[in-house]
Amino acid sequence: MIETNDLSKQFNNNFWAVDGVTLNVQPGQILALLGQNGAGKTTTVRMLTALLRPSRGCARVAGYDVVKNQKDVRSNVGVLTEQHGLYMRMTGDEYLEFFGKVYGLAPQARKVRRDYLMQYFGMADVAPRRCGEYSKGMKQKLALARALLHDPPVLLLDEPTSAMDPESSRLVRDEIARLRSSQRTIIICTHNLAEAEALADSIAIIYRGRVLLHGTLDELKRIVLGPVEYEAKFARDFDAGNLDLPPGVTLAARSANSLRFRIEAPQAVNPVLVHALTSRSAPLVSFQEVPRKLEQVYLKTMAEAQGVAYAT
Amino acid sequence: MRHSLSAIWMVARREFIDQFRDWRIVVPMLILVSVFPFIADDTTRIAINFMNRYGGELILDHLIPFVVLVIGFFPLSFTLVVALESFVGEKERGTIEPLLSSPLEDNHMYLGKLLVGITTPLVFSYASIGIYLILVSRRDVAFPNAYILALIFLLTFAHAVLMVSSAIVISVQATTIRSANLLASFVVVPVAFLLQGETFLIFWGNEDVLWYAILAVTLLSALLVRLGISHFRREYLLGREIDTLNFKQIGRTFRDRFVGQAKSVFEWYRTELPLTLKQLRRPLMVILGLAMIAGIASYVWVVLEAPVYLHLTPERISELRTSVSDNPSNLERLGEELPAAPVIFYRNIRVTVLSLLLGLLSFGTLGLTVFMANIVLVGGLLGGAQLVGYSPWLVFAAGILPHGIFELPAIFIATAAMLKVGAQLVTPQSEKSLGEMLLLSLADWLRIFVGIVLPLLAIAALIEFYVTPVLIKLAFPYL
Repeated sequence: MIETNDLSKQFNNNFWAVDGVTLNVQPGQILALLGQNGAGKTTTVRMLTALLRPSRGCARVAGYDVVKNQKDVRSNVGVLTEQHGLYMRMTGDEYLEFFGKVYGLAPQARKVRRDYLMQYFGMADVAPRRCGEYSKGMKQKLALARALLHDPPVLLLDEPTSAMDPESSRLVRDEIARLRSSQRTIIICTHNLAEAEALADSIAIIYRGRVLLHGTLDELKRIVLGPVEYEAKFARDFDAGNLDLPPGVTLAARSANSLRFRIEAPQAVNPVLVHALTSRSAPLVSFQEVPRKLEQVYLKTMAEAQGVAYAT
Repeated sequence: MRHSLSAIWMVARREFIDQFRDWRIVVPMLILVSVFPFIADDTTRIAINFMNRYGGELILDHLIPFVVLVIGFFPLSFTLVVALESFVGEKERGTIEPLLSSPLEDNHMYLGKLLVGITTPLVFSYASIGIYLILVSRRDVAFPNAYILALIFLLTFAHAVLMVSSAIVISVQATTIRSANLLASFVVVPVAFLLQGETFLIFWGNEDVLWYAILAVTLLSALLVRLGISHFRREYLLGREIDTLNFKQIGRTFRDRFVGQAKSVFEWYRTELPLTLKQLRRPLMVILGLAMIAGIASYVWVVLEAPVYLHLTPERISELRTSVSDNPSNLERLGEELPAAPVIFYRNIRVTVLSLLLGLLSFGTLGLTVFMANIVLVGGLLGGAQLVGYSPWLVFAAGILPHGIFELPAIFIATAAMLKVGAQLVTPQSEKSLGEMLLLSLADWLRIFVGIVLPLLAIAALIEFYVTPVLIKLAFPYL
């Protein structure tokens, strides 16, 4: 589990790279940290790995304090860094063998984990080749294998699928999902919003070191984009006239053959609304939620933070 | 212990593999080892022929030890390349972060890398020396004895540790190999001077003196290793991503430390200065202890050993005493020959600042040497007075004490402040970088210098010029 309270980091030039970050990620959950370059994501991750000492606040990772139990924190965290950090003159096998020793794995366990991960990421045949000969995606996969090598309860992954081809990205996403189901606590820093949307249980948007928003995707959509919208489509032009709308429903837009409603409590109201439409003999073809993406949430949040207009 | 050694070896082993797969390191080293001893051997042959024809026994006798020292030094220049690659290279390539994120301890990483930095160039260095010695053994020239060879091997080892530990200190400060390479000249140039000094010692012929060189280099290396370990911190290695000089911030940090919370000079003297002075308690104790040992040792040596060493017979001592007594003009001119008070003041300031600069270069040790030299001089002077039959107490009371009441505390406190600067640099500080530590230590030193040392030295200079000569004349009227 990861818990932070008012976690902050000030660098020498009095610049607060991270300012008052409070997060709580439980085992079996994935938190996606979103934000521009330089927003403070990497600094946050580095504090959670006990690489940087917080200037204010505190954090516990896998039950250990990041200041008092640094070695325990590092032993229980798997980190995928911004740069892959591979030793180019070592082979993939040697690289994982080295880090297996660093993390104190027994020889047999090292071999088992190494073989499993190389096999899983489809790199068994290139394992005896030097890392310098690998493609970008292969390097990223090997770096991820390093982070997973000691089977840590907490994973901090910075751009886990960057530079990967679609198949590899899928593999990595599947592995992350599998890790979540085996009760790992995971933080992903990413610019890939579709990936965050697909994987994350909760999302935090960071801007200039501060968490602007934190919650589940649905919560963020509701906070940033307002109540859910539903669209009713008709087989032909339909004049709704002065349609009597149930409480908590407002008409957001209309066209000749469609109506769009903003609904506060869809589960309670939707059956009533559908009934109201059909009772007016509306030629209803479909009634469904208007899809809203994380991208809209993110861009609108950023636009508001920067004080510029959000272009839909 | 076993766990630590295994962790150090783990780091070192990886670095060894990396190094020996890098042709940019291996090929030049092999060329140096396989070619240079032959060149040196041929040069030795030419030198021997030349000296056999034209003379130069002294040079001939010490030629081979000298060449051994030089030939051993060339591969050592690779220590810089290896150490810089290993530290700042890893930082630049981004490979250090996964390592720092692991449970490895800072010391294990540092010592593993230090081991690699020293071992590879040292093995090549010894190999080079070995090849040269085999080649030269066939020549008709006096082969150096095992003792001096052992000394040179030890000295070569000390050089390797010195260079690697310096390179690591540079590496920790630099963020790119380029900047580290530029800074590395600060290692090469002093070590080149050191080598010249050692060459002088070899040609001077007193082999035992080489022990002092070994001791000095080892001491400096140990301090540099300590400095390296104390500043090899994850936070610092990752926190710095660009090398920029922010003069405004440097000035502000220095001023804030110097002024402290004080609103006026009076308040500064009342609240801030005592705080800094309080921190000097321990270095002052060290200084006082060393001063007592050095002063008494020097006094005793002059009284007991100097007559033997300088062949001073009782007759010669009597002659000396007579020559002092018969030369009253010396005393007459005492007041005139003494430099003016401002000059005395300036010279004392110069010594204090020089002591700080030397201390900065050597983490306090050279500054301490300057201080000890002064104390030894005072002890020797009093011993000399005793030797020729004057009361050392009277000499001290009349010639040193009047201005010494002010000057000695000033020198003692200044030396303690200098020692604290050196000690702080090699003491681990969790929150501060080497640059910050240096800045704050210097601000503390300046506090002491401005607040205490300068006023005391000014008073001492006035007394030394106006009062001391009068008191000496009063104390020794029969001169």
